[in-house]
Amino acid sequence: MSGPVVVIGAGPAGLAAAVELRRRGVTEVLVLEREVEPGGIPRHAQHQGFGLRDLRRPLSGPRYARRYAELATRAGAELRTETMVTGWPPGGPLELTGPHGREALEPAAVVLATGCRERPRSARLVPGSRPEGVLTTGTLQQLVYLKGLRPGTRALVVGAEHVSFSALLTLAHGGTRAMGMVTELPRHQTLGLFRAGAALRFRTPLWTHTAITRVHGRPRVEEVELTDLDSGAVRHVACDTVVFTADWIPDHELAVMAGLDIDPGTKGPAVDAALSTSRPGVFAAGNLLHGAETADVAALSGRHAAVSAAAFLANGQQWPDARVPIECEPPLRWIAPNAVVPGAGPPPRGRFALRSSDFASRPRVEIAQGGRTLWSGRVARLVPGRSASLPHAWTDEVDPRGEAVSVRLAGPG
Amino acid sequence: MQEPLDTDVAIVGAGVVGCAIARELSQFDLSVTLLEAGPDVGAGTSKANTALLHTGFDAKPGTLESRLVARGFELLSEYAERVGIPVEHTGALLVAWNEEQRAEFPGIVERAHANGYSEIAEIGVDELYSREPHLGPGAQGALEVPTEGLVCPFTTPLAYATEAVLAGCDLRRSTPVTGVARLEEGGFRLTTPGGALSARCLVNAAGLYSDGIDRMLGHQRFTVTPRRGELIVFDKLARPLVQHIVLAVPTKITKGVLIAPTVFGNVMLGPTAEDVERKDDTDSTAEGLAYLRAEGARIMPDLLEHEVTAVYAGLRAATEHVDYQLSVHAPEGYACVGGIRSTGLSASMAIAEHVRDELAEAGLRLEPRAAPPVEFTMPNIGERSQRAYERAELIDADRDYGRIVCFCERVTRGEIRDALDAPVAAVDLDGLRRRTRAHMGRCQGFFCGAEIAELLEGRG
Repeated sequence: MSGPVVVIGAGPAGLAAAVELRRRGVTEVLVLEREVEPGGIPRHAQHQGFGLRDLRRPLSGPRYARRYAELATRAGAELRTETMVTGWPPGGPLELTGPHGREALEPAAVVLATGCRERPRSARLVPGSRPEGVLTTGTLQQLVYLKGLRPGTRALVVGAEHVSFSALLTLAHGGTRAMGMVTELPRHQTLGLFRAGAALRFRTPLWTHTAITRVHGRPRVEEVELTDLDSGAVRHVACDTVVFTADWIPDHELAVMAGLDIDPGTKGPAVDAALSTSRPGVFAAGNLLHGAETADVAALSGRHAAVSAAAFLANGQQWPDARVPIECEPPLRWIAPNAVVPGAGPPPRGRFALRSSDFASRPRVEIAQGGRTLWSGRVARLVPGRSASLPHAWTDEVDPRGEAVSVRLAGPG
Repeated sequence: MQEPLDTDVAIVGAGVVGCAIARELSQFDLSVTLLEAGPDVGAGTSKANTALLHTGFDAKPGTLESRLVARGFELLSEYAERVGIPVEHTGALLVAWNEEQRAEFPGIVERAHANGYSEIAEIGVDELYSREPHLGPGAQGALEVPTEGLVCPFTTPLAYATEAVLAGCDLRRSTPVTGVARLEEGGFRLTTPGGALSARCLVNAAGLYSDGIDRMLGHQRFTVTPRRGELIVFDKLARPLVQHIVLAVPTKITKGVLIAPTVFGNVMLGPTAEDVERKDDTDSTAEGLAYLRAEGARIMPDLLEHEVTAVYAGLRAATEHVDYQLSVHAPEGYACVGGIRSTGLSASMAIAEHVRDELAEAGLRLEPRAAPPVEFTMPNIGERSQRAYERAELIDADRDYGRIVCFCERVTRGEIRDALDAPVAAVDLDGLRRRTRAHMGRCQGFFCGAEIAELLEGRG
């Protein structure tokens, strides 16, 4: 098949994929972005530290976003913004909608990089009234950094991951006082340094093992109810803003519409180490695969998918027909990539990413297929909301016609 | 000499019923004033319900409600197609989950026949599961109600209000009526924070607050007890799971929990039924949500695997009476339209006809307007017809219809602009949501919240 290689999503993963596709000699690369500006989430993440792993220099989010858009354009990729893929039936063309009208495209290959979003309050089933002032970090950052609006006067932050601490910074920048942070887990899930910094700088209390059980107020938030999960004690916090942070979910609507197999753990498309999906010619990359990792990790994933896509075009467009899924046992939540295909090569950055819903200190992990142990060993500390790395050499041992590969904690010892 | 009155008819309450009455009366040579306490039309009980277009098959035969729901179903089905209100006649399946419930079927069929609805028929278990393969195990059979449908609860009152306003009705939002008195020479005087208004006829369509208005005129006929219904709306990706409105066999106390598609392409689970004290207590509760999830897990387990897009609660204006509390005091010219419960959306146009006829009998002169009938269509926000973003000719004529701002619901910049400029314009985020679907989707503003806040701010 001829036609362009289409990259869907101009965030870090998509833009990095476009650059790499051009670098590998793909003539026609078209990047589709539904937002007005390319760059994705870093556009409104004002803090520093972007670009360490991929561009080898520290940048702020907006500068990183601009830099990538420039790199893609300079590499010869066509960037089309305000253009949304509004249809993609299994076996059918991409249907685009934008200010230039409606259009159908038959691409030679697709790199899907639609990113992720935070679960909003409603999806978390937090009861109470439905007042104004209930946000996600994404909305908060856009209000403050893109629109220059003040989110409120006093805010409660739900969650205690990296992004939750980033929300604290955004609130401070927007002139909103953080009244507290709350997590249902027994401790925060960010780096000790971030937590200590926030405690010193903002004196924000952190309530652990505590759930937000009700939102009060109309038309605007007036108060939230928190419940201690150990004692059942209830605490009321007066505030006019509630920021629901983290609890990421891949923005997978297009992947589902296209008929791609979805991994039950990540809720993103199931992919092998080459980032091939279940649909021939379709690759997926970045945070669409599993929810939020840092932007540079997403970009490296995009670059990896582009290498695979270019090889696919160069090698007669062969698609693997046998895939062995990788399944996680609780408390492990997901692994990515999550399918094994013989000859797919190593995964992005030479590692599998593993997530757990519980904390665990240097646990032993066992990977097996049909009772045959493929690998077992210790991994770094498991923290909910953060990925641990697993090696990949064991994939060579997988029987491509065998049953699913299982990943589990081997217990103490 | 008697002072001229400010208006011929004052209608208190711009919910779906008040708006329908305003629309009906504005077709005549009358001055009509529609007063709404809240910031927008259709923003109270009318916006938070199951949005079913009832045939009235299960009403209590012989009641006014039975007659008006059946007539309203015909009128609204036709009107919706004509002016562009999203409507879908999916049909309903009333499912029995045990033999006891199945034993109720003959009685339900008999009741439907007494209501003049003859299309109801029983289907067997195999047929039921072939039509709704995702139903949980254990269903014993179902009654099919083939024409029961869904109608957009947002566009319906907006369409009525739009037609009324285009025909000259004076719509006053954020105008609570704090007092009502009779004038010596006939007619009424209404007190509002913005000043007094005198009217020859008064229509009380104040919903949850209709008992209060009724008492201001010295009546003691009914008390509204708000009955809260909580609902869970599931992600659009769940829509292929369900083809019909899946109803429960009603008991003496409740019609039970239903699962139904929505005209926006989601799936709805609910409602609960709980009497509450306060007329503004639209809070969802942990108990209510847990109950709905348990019912959902039994009726359609696969549904629970999907993401939840929204949770909301509405208040039905229930009274101690079984039937609607509809009465007109001739020759005084006071129409009380109370006790309109969850069937009010379906019955709204028939209620309006009824009130029109009663007021005419009370002496209100109904002369057709000299001006030609109002021509208008509502912007389509339903999934059954083409949305703005899908219409190439529209985008070619105006690029803003190709600029999708709300990605989850695929709402364009052009539609948001139109809603802010409409004859009954959006004044806040909730109003914009009900007119366009912006902010109604799975991300609840993660992507577009700030953009939409800015578009609203620009008009504020």
